This record gives sequence, structure tokens and C-alpha cells, in this order.
Amino acid sequence: MTNFPDPTHPDSSHRYIPNAGEDIREMLAAIGIDSIDRLFDTIPDEVKLKALLDVPGPWSEVETRRWFGALAARNKTTVDHISFLGGGAYAHYQPACIDQLLLRAEFLTAYTPYQPEVSQGTLQSIFEYQTHQCLLTGLDVANASMYDGSTALCEAVLLAERVSKGKKKVALAKSIHPHYLQTVRTYIQNLGIEIVEIPWGPDGRVDPAALRECAADAFALAVQSPNFLGVIEDYDAIASAASDVTKISVVAEATSFGILAPPGPHGFDICVGEGQAWGVPPQFGGPYVGFMVVRDTLKRHMPGRLVGETVDVDGKRAYVLTLATREQHIRRGKATSNICTNQALIALAANMYLSLMGKEGLREVANQCLQKTAYLLGKLRDITTVELPFNGPVYNEFVVRTPFPAAEILADLEQEKILGGIALDQFFEGHGRDFLVAVTELHTKEHLDRYAAALSAAIARERR
Amino acid sequence: MTTTADPEIAEREAAQKSATEPLIFERSKRGRRGYQLPALDVPEQAALPASLLRSEIADEAEVSEVDVIRHFTRLSKLNVSIDAGLYPLGSCTMKHNPRINEEIARTPGFALSHPLQPEHQVQGNLELLWTLEQTLKEIFGLPRVSLQPVAGAHGELTGILMIHKALAKSGNARKYILIPDSAHGTNPASAAFAGYQVKELKSNNRGTVDLSTLEAAVNEDCAALMITVPNTLGVFESEIRRMADVLHAKGAYLYCDGANLNSFVGIARPGDMGIDVIHSNLHKTFSTPHGGGGPGAGPVGVSEKLVPFLPTPTVEKRDDSTFYLDFAHPDSIGRMRAFHGNFNVLVRALTYMRSMGPTGLRRIAQLAVLNANYIRARLRPHYHLPYDAPSLHEVVFSDKLQTPKDVHTLDIAKRLMDYGFHPPTIYFPLIVSGALMIEPTESEPKEELDAFCDAMIAIARETQERPELVRSAPHTTPVRRLDEARAARQPVLRWRR
Amino acid sequence: MASSNIPEDNRYAKSHEYAHPEGDVAMVGISDYAQKELGDVVFVELPRVGTVIDANEDMGSIESVKAVSDLFAPVSGEVVEVNEALADSPQLVNTDPYGDGWMIKIRMSDPTELDALMAPEEYDEYIEAEASR
Repeated sequence: MTNFPDPTHPDSSHRYIPNAGEDIREMLAAIGIDSIDRLFDTIPDEVKLKALLDVPGPWSEVETRRWFGALAARNKTTVDHISFLGGGAYAHYQPACIDQLLLRAEFLTAYTPYQPEVSQGTLQSIFEYQTHQCLLTGLDVANASMYDGSTALCEAVLLAERVSKGKKKVALAKSIHPHYLQTVRTYIQNLGIEIVEIPWGPDGRVDPAALRECAADAFALAVQSPNFLGVIEDYDAIASAASDVTKISVVAEATSFGILAPPGPHGFDICVGEGQAWGVPPQFGGPYVGFMVVRDTLKRHMPGRLVGETVDVDGKRAYVLTLATREQHIRRGKATSNICTNQALIALAANMYLSLMGKEGLREVANQCLQKTAYLLGKLRDITTVELPFNGPVYNEFVVRTPFPAAEILADLEQEKILGGIALDQFFEGHGRDFLVAVTELHTKEHLDRYAAALSAAIARERR
Repeated sequence: MTTTADPEIAEREAAQKSATEPLIFERSKRGRRGYQLPALDVPEQAALPASLLRSEIADEAEVSEVDVIRHFTRLSKLNVSIDAGLYPLGSCTMKHNPRINEEIARTPGFALSHPLQPEHQVQGNLELLWTLEQTLKEIFGLPRVSLQPVAGAHGELTGILMIHKALAKSGNARKYILIPDSAHGTNPASAAFAGYQVKELKSNNRGTVDLSTLEAAVNEDCAALMITVPNTLGVFESEIRRMADVLHAKGAYLYCDGANLNSFVGIARPGDMGIDVIHSNLHKTFSTPHGGGGPGAGPVGVSEKLVPFLPTPTVEKRDDSTFYLDFAHPDSIGRMRAFHGNFNVLVRALTYMRSMGPTGLRRIAQLAVLNANYIRARLRPHYHLPYDAPSLHEVVFSDKLQTPKDVHTLDIAKRLMDYGFHPPTIYFPLIVSGALMIEPTESEPKEELDAFCDAMIAIARETQERPELVRSAPHTTPVRRLDEARAARQPVLRWRR
Repeated sequence: MASSNIPEDNRYAKSHEYAHPEGDVAMVGISDYAQKELGDVVFVELPRVGTVIDANEDMGSIESVKAVSDLFAPVSGEVVEVNEALADSPQLVNTDPYGDGWMIKIRMSDPTELDALMAPEEYDEYIEAEASR
């Protein structure tokens, strides 16, 4: 035998595990055995650990705060920098009450609402979240959430493939978030689906002639708007250029719904995207919340959970998970998706954000993004060495080109405590001088002026 | 909690009346607002073409902050939660969610960091990810772990895609995945999404898989066995090492669904069992909150053979103790998600692992298994135990002793609500007719376990004496049984004015 | 267990579909026993008119709240009529499986296939055995 601690010894107690010495002895007696080890007799000795795991701890909260606090302090963030980073993760205003409400244990520590009688809070909130998605996109049916924007696009492509009549080609705009495209390639790698990428034209929008060609024989096409270059696509033009395919709109900057035309009334069948912009902190990429909204005719092919309205035996209105026969726990290998755990708590945060901001606030956030972006663009146009390579209309993000490598310019800006943009050469070859700049309602005129001045100075420094 | 008093009609009505909460859209009134932004401080000059703009978002809410706080606070009161008491959902591991995890995750240095920042700006995050991988490697006994998957099913897909790619690289991706009939539904769904057919393996009378059944099913077309250890009955597959040998001899892989890792963490390691891939639901074993259905995280540990196929990027440490993202894995299956997975769920999980330490991690399994076996011992005289093989962290009863009174598992589950408990997982695993799958976790004090057992025993007695009371339960919840057929026949999936 | 209605003039498949012959056309649905086993039917997916189908071929699916079952054609032939009422009122399968809850009509390409199906008394024994398993 090896020397593991005696579980009944007072030193073995842990603050998260209530039962200790006396409880353990009483419970063992009730079971009719004399030691906890006996409970593990079915695990063969050959695979049992002979020693404790070699990991640090147990730490008190004091030690935990110290170690993690030191780690967090090693990141450069908006704590002491101004950030112009976007690319699918945006810093927007977060109303204070959202996080306070999210910490309510009844939301935070509840499970998936499989038992509706004791889960109406979660269920009603999801029903409201679904309604917000429908109002914003102009489509009919939204699910309870997907993991994020990238996997929501994967699921949309797979949905479209299911309802197609044997077609195996999908046309995806090259200007969709590169991580989303990479994720789709991973998901479909064994499913016999072919991807063709629709290039962008000089204005940064999908090239209409190429679109028509790519979409021929495809079961679906997908574009992102505003796209990864920040440019707003023309839904009507795309829809009329490709009438006979399932059209998927991807929205990675969800505040844009506040002012831009929604995809549903403009010929699109599915809208998927990333809801992080609805008041969720960037938190290094997750957890976020993917959304999916579809035309009514597609609802039975949809992945993920759906909440519907019904009544209880007393005739009282209530909400319940429904159309569950699509899902893995019933249809198993033939399910519309393997998704089970989703992003429920973030969807709840999104519901709170959309409710608080409401009809007026969503428009005001979007308009401030639009106007501040236009202001910064105006300032940058005044710098003769700055080029704006794409001239299509933008919302709150755009590509900047200087005569110098983007990495050097951004390093210069970092010296000025400005996180100045995302270098594009990590995604696209031949774009070594380009970087992506995002503006939100959190930027002040002073921030924007400072950015323009710092960029101008950085270029001047590189010149020397 | 343990009273068996007949619920009064008045009490029921009072409970239900207090529970009615209109939809947020029904609270909306023109002119109300719930936000304020600083006034626009730049000239309003941008003008997009009208064709790109929307009109107002018709029917979107107009509510004040007070309305919102009242609304969501009232909604929250319609839920039960682990903070309020035992939540014994089998295979879900509803354990205590420590609040230090929440505090650490909200540290501005983590919460405000952006996923596309260059490596030198986010060394703290990269070190955290690297450190979590080291810890999971030790827990799994496996050489590498990917932190990208954001849920158990996402981890399954990741793992099976890796197996597919490894087999394809050696010349034959093979045709099917073996899955026991006791498995969770995500297993066959993930296998299908990775491009495989599914062949079901029959369980034996202990609820486990016989070595001979496996041997007969494995051939050159079999890519892997996907098995939950311990299985969904809580029974450990004692032959697991030999199962691995059988599979490996035929060039196939052993995938372990780690949903039940809570029962053996710190006691045994998947790597030592011959397992090639395991996903672990951090929202189960490692205490991150379920949040009403997510978010979670589903890191995947792999054996040496599968390391080249891990998703990219991986996080690596340089000799000078700096950290970087490594994309140079030519055989990688690719990226499973944008950015770095559910980073702030990973922060919570590492916080928990450090809070537990080596002794605490082992104690999790010890007390989780003790608690489950205590329930098993107390309830065994009152409920049918369809498989009596020794079980670890959960126990599965059935309604066989109650059905003669026309009381079924669903009724027992609903009646438990009247006693203040969330029901166990019901009608799963599918190999048990009328299953009641109970997993208390290590978080429950003995008093709470006793109260739960007392309630279950009282329901067994009510079934004999007053079955109608059980059949018509619940009586005291915010709503009573729902018309689920109506919801599915004429789906109403959104509010309309 | 509650006894099931098994009309005399039908033939029955092991997968619980019935075929009610009217000349060379067979009216197809699921048996009373099957609808009870399924519980509240919420959705029925059926082939289109004009589809040519083989006996034992997958012809659609039927869903209750928490289960889904495949439907198999009991006989071969062309689908000549589909019960459109089931789209809005799938519960007809529960309330009147042999009447208003019928599913499709197949013009049989080989009426002798009916002989391969079970007669009412055989089906009665078959479901008795199934129920006691």
C-alpha cells in the first residue's frame, strides 16, 4: 500500500467538500464497508495511481488571487491602453446590471432546462432571446445558441447541405472571418463537401461576377457583412445574383444590426454570427455566443435547442424545450447536430443587453460606431502616406495601409499605449502593410484624434 | 424538506401567482429607456446609402433599467439551482461552483484581453493556457491536451476527427465507430459528423461491454471504440486495459467519453488504461457553472500517436520561459473554433484545480463515490436496482416497483420537485426501462443526502398509498405539467405582438 | 395492458404499419397498438405523391414529443395520395389511426405482397409477444 492521506482525518477536509470524518464513518457503516478504498475495487490495481497527482495546491483564496493576479497583470489590455482591435471581438459598453444579474445563482448554477416546471426562468429567457434574434435579423426562427460565430457558420453550412438535393459544393466569401473559414474546413473535412472561395473586388465587397460563377451548382453561399475587411455587403445584389441556393449571412459584429438592413427581408435564408458585441467582454476569445436564425421552412432541420410556448395543465402560459426529436439525445447518429451544451448564460447576457439597450439604444450604439468611424477615416485621409485600400462602405472597421510593415507601425503605436490594429498578413499573403482598425461607441473624439496623430508620428518615425 | 404534507390548493395558487412574469416585450412602453451613452462628440457626417440601412427595429423592447432588473430577478426565482440544494442529475455532475472562480475570471487583465493581440501582449494568458494543459496532462496521464473544444460534444468531434486523420494518413480511414448501447446521444452524433457510421455494442447483464463482444466486432473497418468510463450506469469497465489491447492489435483507437471523470480523478488515469483520446467536461468535473446549459469547455487529451493531429494552434513554452502559439503542425485536423476556445471557462477550471490540489482532486472522487453509494444503500429497499454491479459516482434505479400502481419514473421525478429537489436524470441510459439516474457529487453534506433519500422513500410510500398524488405532481412549482405535445405540434418559437 | 383495436380487413407489418386494400390501392397507416406505444404524435413526415416506393423501404418518420420512429412501406407501388390533414393535425394518428389518421395510399405494383404481411390474428399474437418482452 502507498501512503495516501486518511480521508477521515481532520487534515483531509476541504472547504468545497462538506462530509468529513464522522460523516464518512457513518456512511461507510450504512453501506456496510470499512473503507472508501473498497468502493474502488472495480478499478483494477494495475491502472490505479500509486501516488498523488503531481500538481500544485491546495491553495487558499489568498494564494489563488496572488498567482492569477500576477498572471493577469502580464497582459496588455484596455486597463491602461486604448484599443482599436476588432476582427470578430469588440469592446462595447457593458451595462453594469448585466454581470450582477448573471451572478444570480438561479441562472448561474442551474442546468439545462430539461425539467420545465423548475426551469421557467431559463426557458422564458431563451424564448425572449430567440425573439430578439428574429426581430434583429428579419428571419423567423432562432435557436437557443451555438458555441460561437465560427461554429454557427459550420452548422449553417451543414443545415443547408441537408436540405439540398444532393449538391456538394458551397461558396464561401473569402472575406468571411478567416478563423470561421478555417473552422468550416475542419468540420466538413470528411463529409465530401467542396468549398469554393468567392474573392473580393477592389471595393472590398464580394466580386459579383465571381459570385455568380462560384454559386453555380452550389447548395449554399455565405457572405459576411460587415465583412472581415469591414466593408458592408449589398444583400440585394447578392441575392439577385444567386437565386437558386440557400443564402447564408454571417454577422460577426452584432451591434451592426442596430442600423444596417437585416438579411431576412433582403433575400437571405439563414443568418448566423457572433453575439459577443452585445455587451460581452472580449475575454481572449470566449465564452461568446453564436446565433442562428432561419426561415420558417428550415426549422425542423435546425441544430441546437429550441424553446416554445405552451400551457400547463391549469392552462397557464409556460415555456418548454421543443422539436427535440432533431437533437442528439433522441435521434442520436441521425441528429441535425451533435451539440448539447451550448452558451446559455451568454445568451442570457445577450437577452439582457438587447432588452436594456432596446429599440433606441441599439440604433444609437450603431450610429455612434458609424459616425466615429467616419470621423477617424476623415482624419486618416488627411495623412498623405496612409492609404485606405478598399473603398466600399464601412460600419465600424476598416483596413489601413502605410508604406511600412504593419507589425512595425503597430509596435510604434504600442509605445504610445495604443493597441492600434490587427496585422492582416497573418491571414492574407501580400498584405504585409495592412492592418484592421475597429472603432466603437467607447472611443472619444480625443481617442480618435490621438490615434490619428500617433499613426502619423509612427509613419514619420519609420521614415527616418 | 422532508414533510409529506398534502399540498394545499391555496398554497399552490399562491406559489403560482407569484411566478407569473410577462415577457420583456410585454413590459415594453414607448419612451422608456434602460441605457445612457455619452453624447456623440464627433460631427454626424457618415451617410450610408438608404438601401444598406434598416428602418426601426419594430417591436424591439423599450424598458427601463428597473424594469430589466425586476424582470430578470423574478425570472431567476422560477429556477432551482445547485446553490439552493441537491441537483442530482446523473452524468451531469452538478457540483458546487466556487465563487473565487468567478472573481478570477473577471480580473480585468483576463476579461479585457483581446483574442487577436500579438503574443508578447498576452503572455499571462498564454502561460495560463500552457499551465492548464500541464495540469490536465498530469490528470489524464496523456502527453498532450487541446484546450480548444468548448463543450463535451465539441471535444468528441475533435477527437474523432483526429482518429480519422491518423487512420487516413496510414492509408485507411476505416468505416465505423463502435459505441455501447448505454452511451450518451452525442457519441453517435459526433461520430456521424466526423464521417463515420455507428455500430452499436450490446451491454452485458452488468451493463458493461464483454471483451468477447468487442473482439467479435473489431476488424479492419473499425476506427475506434467510443466508451464512457465509468459507463452511464456508474459501472467501471474493469477490462478497459484489455479492451485497449484488442483495439490496438487491430489498429483501432480507444476513445473515452470523460463525462464521468469525477468518479476517478486522482484515483486512476485514462492514459494508464490505454485510452488514446479523452475529453473532459470542465463544467462537470472541474466546477465551472452550467449557466442553464452552457458555456462549458471540453478539452481533449491524446496519446502519443495522435499528437501530430491536434487542432492548431497549440501553446508552447520557449527556453526563455516565454510562450507562443504554434501553428506548425502540418498534420493537424485544423482549427475547431475561432480564437482560443472558451478561455474564461478555462480560467475558472484552473482556479478550481489549484484550489483542490493533489489531495483535493483525489478527495473529489472519493466523496462523490461514497455519497452515491450511500444513496444506493438507503434507496435499495424501496426502488428496483436493474443492474446490481458495484457502481461508482452514480446509481441507476428504475420504476419497476412503482409501475404496478401506474406510477412511472416521470411521476416520481415530478413529485420530487414538491419536496424541493431537482429530479435525477430520467429515462437514461436507454438500456434501463424507466431509469432514474442519480449523481449526488461530493458537494452534498450527509444531511442533504438524507433529506433526498427521505423524500424518495416518502414518494415510494405515497405510490402505494396515494398514487394519484404522485401521478398528478408537481403541485407546488411555478407551473405544473406542461402540454409538450401542443408545443411541438404548433410550434410558437417567438413572441409576436 | 390495454387491448388494441385490430380491424379484420387490414394486413399488418412487423414494424406496425397496416395496409388496408381497396382494389389495387392500399391505404397505409400505423396500428392502434403503435400509436399507443408512441404516445402523443406531434409530426408526421411522408413521401410526396408520385414517389415510387418498395416494400420495407423507408417512407417517412413519425415523431412524438420525445421519440422518433421510421415508417416503412408495407407494400410496393406508387404513392397516389397523401393525408394532408396530418400536417396540421398529427394527433389524428392517435385519435383515429385506421380512419382520419391514415397516412398514404399506394397503388400496389404487386398485390400479392399483402400475403407476406400478417393477418389480424397473427398480428395480435405478435404484439402480445412484443408487449411481454
